Amino acid sequence: MATLDSKIPKGPLADKWTNHKNKIDLVNPANKRLIDVIIVGTGLAGGSAAATLAELGYNVKSFCFQDSPRRAHSIAAQGGINAAKNYQGDGDSTYRLFYDTVKGGDYRSREANVHRLAEVSTNIIDQCVAQGVPFARDYGGLLDNRSFGGVLVSRTFYAKGQTGQQLLLGAYSAMNRQIGRGKIKMYSRHEMLDVVIVDGKARGIIARNLVTGEIERHSAHAVVLGTGGYGNLFYLSTYAMGSNVTAAWKAHKRGAFFANPCFTQIHPTCIPVSGDHQSKLTLMSESLRNDGRIWVPKNMDDVLAIREGKLKPTDISEENRDYYLERRYPAFGNLVPRDVASRAAKERCDAGYGVNKTGEAVYLDFAAAIQRYGKEQAHIKGLDENDKTITTKLGRDIVKAKYGNLFQMYEKIVDQNPYETPMMIYPAVHYTMGGVWVDYNLMTTVPGLYAIGEANFSDHGANRLGASALMQGLADGYFVLPYTIGDYLSHDIRTGAISTDTKEFDEAEEKVKSDLDKLINNNGTHSVDYFHKKLGKIMWNKCGMARNEKDLKDAISEIAELRAEFWKDVKVPGTAGEYNEELAKAGRVADFLELGELFAKDALQREESAGGHFRDEYQTPEGEAMRRKEFQYVSAWEYKGEPKDALLHKEELVYENIEVKERSYK
Amino acid sequence: MKLTLKIWRQKSANDQGKIVDYKLDNVSADMSFLEMLDVLNQDLIDKDEEPIAFDHDCREGICGSCSMFINGRAHGPDRAITVCQLHMRSFKDGDTIYIEPWRATAFPVIKDLIVDRSAFDRIQQAGGFISVNTSGNTQDANATLISKQAADTAMDAATCIGCGACVATCKNSSAMLFVGAKVSQYALLPQGQIEAADRVKNMVAQMDLEGFGNCTNTGACEVECPKGISLDNIARMNRELMKASI
Repeated sequence: MATLDSKIPKGPLADKWTNHKNKIDLVNPANKRLIDVIIVGTGLAGGSAAATLAELGYNVKSFCFQDSPRRAHSIAAQGGINAAKNYQGDGDSTYRLFYDTVKGGDYRSREANVHRLAEVSTNIIDQCVAQGVPFARDYGGLLDNRSFGGVLVSRTFYAKGQTGQQLLLGAYSAMNRQIGRGKIKMYSRHEMLDVVIVDGKARGIIARNLVTGEIERHSAHAVVLGTGGYGNLFYLSTYAMGSNVTAAWKAHKRGAFFANPCFTQIHPTCIPVSGDHQSKLTLMSESLRNDGRIWVPKNMDDVLAIREGKLKPTDISEENRDYYLERRYPAFGNLVPRDVASRAAKERCDAGYGVNKTGEAVYLDFAAAIQRYGKEQAHIKGLDENDKTITTKLGRDIVKAKYGNLFQMYEKIVDQNPYETPMMIYPAVHYTMGGVWVDYNLMTTVPGLYAIGEANFSDHGANRLGASALMQGLADGYFVLPYTIGDYLSHDIRTGAISTDTKEFDEAEEKVKSDLDKLINNNGTHSVDYFHKKLGKIMWNKCGMARNEKDLKDAISEIAELRAEFWKDVKVPGTAGEYNEELAKAGRVADFLELGELFAKDALQREESAGGHFRDEYQTPEGEAMRRKEFQYVSAWEYKGEPKDALLHKEELVYENIEVKERSYK
Repeated sequence: MKLTLKIWRQKSANDQGKIVDYKLDNVSADMSFLEMLDVLNQDLIDKDEEPIAFDHDCREGICGSCSMFINGRAHGPDRAITVCQLHMRSFKDGDTIYIEPWRATAFPVIKDLIVDRSAFDRIQQAGGFISVNTSGNTQDANATLISKQAADTAMDAATCIGCGACVATCKNSSAMLFVGAKVSQYALLPQGQIEAADRVKNMVAQMDLEGFGNCTNTGACEVECPKGISLDNIARMNRELMKASI
C-alpha cells in the first residue's frame, strides 16, 4: 500500500515552522505579478488567503456562491477565537494550546500542524485588532477573554456573540482593499463544478455563473479550496443552506484523497427539532456553558409531568435535578469538550429523561448564574444581596450584556423567555473535522491543489475544541498558505499564463455540462429535497452520535440504493441556462450521495471510538470512548469510481512531544 | 393555518414582473417564514411550476442574504429580525400576505425576490477598510488601549449584516445607515483615524455614484434594521464628512 508523504519538516517541534519558512523557495515580487491563483470560497480561510496572496502581489481570482463574499458561513460563528496570548496570566502558552488541541482531538491530529497553529494564533489577534475588529474589552481598555470547553484557561477572544461575523468582515475588508486595487477579481454567485488538471497539476476550474447559468473556464497556476465542511450531508445541521461538499468532492474525484470523512462534530447546544418542515438547526454558542448549567430531572415522574405540561422546569427543586455533566465530569463540569457533552445528552435522552415532547432535549439553565452575578452587582452597588428581586434584575442585566443576542435568537425561534425558564437544547451536526487530505504545506495529493480551513482535515483530529475553527481558518489563510504556496509557485515563474483552450478544459467542461443536462432532462417524480431529507435520516440514525457495524453496513447499502433512485427519479424544474436554485441543489445532493457512502465506509473501517466517532462496540465500562492504538492513523481515501471501491491509504500519526493517554475530563 | 400569498414574480432583470396569487394550507405556527416558502416551492415543483427564487443562506439572522418586503415592511412584521427569523406565529389563519423584493434603483431585480446588492460591495471597496497589511507583523494587540465604551459602540455599528433593509424601507432609497455604520466603526477606533478623511469621502462618493438617495431624517431605516443600527451612525458619518471637508 502506498504511503502518504506528509512532508513534516525535521527538527524539534517548536522549530519546525520557523526552519521550514527559512528554507522554502520564495517568488520575487516582480514574478508574483506573472502568477495567477484561484481561490474558491470566501470564508475566513478563503477570504484571508485571497487578501494576503493579492497583497503579496499574486493575481487572485476569488469565487463564492453567495451574492457577496461577506456572506460565507464563517459569519455565523458565535463564540470566539482562541489564541495563546496568556493575557489573563492563567498559565497559557503555545505548548498548552497545542496540547489541549491534540488531546481535545483525541490524538488523531498531526503534531506538527497543531503546533504551528498554536504558534501563529497570537499573530491572528494582533492582525485582527490592527484591521479594526472590535473585540470585547475590559474597563481598563485591554482585550477580554472567556473560557471554552476542554481547556482550563481563558484564551478565547470574542466580539459579543458575533465573533465569526467580525472576523469575516475583517477578512472581507482586507479583500475589498485588494479588489479596489484590482489585485483580486471577485466572482460572486459562481459555483465551482470541477477542477481542471493539466499534466498532473491543478491548473484551473470550471464554474457555473448562478445568475445566467453560463459555464465558464478559469485558469491559474494553483487552485485553493476554502470551501468549508460537509455537515449538510445530514440535511439538518447548523450549516448554511448552501454549504456543500461539491468543490471538495470534485477535487476528490480528480485525485485528491479524502481524509477521515467520518470525523464529524455534533455540537451539544443547539435548539431542538420542532417538526418535519424544519430546514436547519440553530446553534446556541458554547460560550453559554461558561454560565449555563445542563440538567434533566432525576425522577421519571417529573420528566413525564413536564412533557405533559403539568410541571414547569422551574418547579423542580435542586435535589431533584441531575446536573449530569457536573456529576460525571467534576473537573471540567459543564465545560467538557463537545463530543463528550453531546454523548452525555444522548445518554440521558436515550434513557428516557428528555424534557420535550420528542424526548430529545435537555435543559441549559442560567438561574444560578443570574443569582451569582446579581449578588456580585448588589455587593458592588451596596444593595441588599439577599433580596431576590434585586439580584434577579441585576443578574439578568449582566447575562444580557454577555449573551443578549443569543437569548434573543432563542426567544424568536422557540417563543420562550430564557431569562425566566431554562433553554431546551439538543446536539446537532455542526462541523466536520474530516476533509481533503493535505500535507504540511496544505497541498492535497494533486500538485498545485490546496485545501484550507474546514475543507481540509488537518488540525482537529477526531474532535474540534470550541473557538478553534476561526483560529484555524485564519491561520491557514493569513499565515500558512501564503508562505507554503510560494514554494510551489516558485517553479512556475517562467510558465506564463495558462491557456483555457486545451483538451483538458474541453473535457472538464463537457463533463460538467452533461451532468447538468442529465439532471435537467431526468423528469423524475421527486424533488431534490425529498432525496436530501432521506439521506439525512440515514446519516443521522445510522452514522450519527453512536455507530455500530450493523447500522453502518445498512447505511452503505441504503445510500447506494438512494443514489441510484436519485439519478433515476429526481425532478429538476427549469433549464440549465438561467438562475435555477433547484439545479444547483441537485448537483450538491448528487455529491452528498456519494460522500455519504464513503463516510459510512470510513466509520465502519475505523474499529475504535475517537472523539466525534463513537462506535458502540468500543467503549469503556463507564461508556467513554475507547481509542485503539492500532488505529492511530489518518484514513486517506483514494477515489476509484464507486464509493465502495475507494482505496484506503494510511498516514501513521507519531506523537513525540505529547504522551498519548486516555482522554479524561474527570 | 390557511394563507393567501401574493408574490412578486419576475422572470429576469428585463421582464416586467407581476404579483401572482398562491394558496397554502397546513402552515404551522412553528415554521419560519422561509420554511413556509419552502413548502410552497415544494408544491410548485410537484405541480410542474417554477419555484419562487429568493435569497437565503444561514437562516439564523446573520448572513444578511434574505431580503423580502412582507406586507409593506422590510423583513416583515416584528422588530430586530431578518425574514429567516420571522415565524408564522406572527400571522393568523386566513391572512393574505404580500411578498415583494427590495425596491431601489441601486438594487435591480435579478429574478422574483432576488435583487443585486453588489452596490454595497463597491461602496466597501471604495474605502471600507483599514490599509494594514495582513502579514501579522503589527504591534501587540494590547499595545493600544481602547476604552470599553469605544469598543462597544464600534461593535454596535459593526454588527450591520449588509442586508439592505435600510435602503428598501427608505422612501429615498438612501444607504446612509449602511455607510454610516461602517464609517462609524472605524471612526470610533484609534486604528481607523489615519485614513478617516479619505475613507468617508470615498465611500460617500461611491454611494452617490451607485444611485442611492439622500437622507431626510425619517428614521425608518433604524426601525427596520434587523440589528438595531442606530441613526447616530448617520450623524457621525455626516460629522466625519464635514471634518474631512475642511
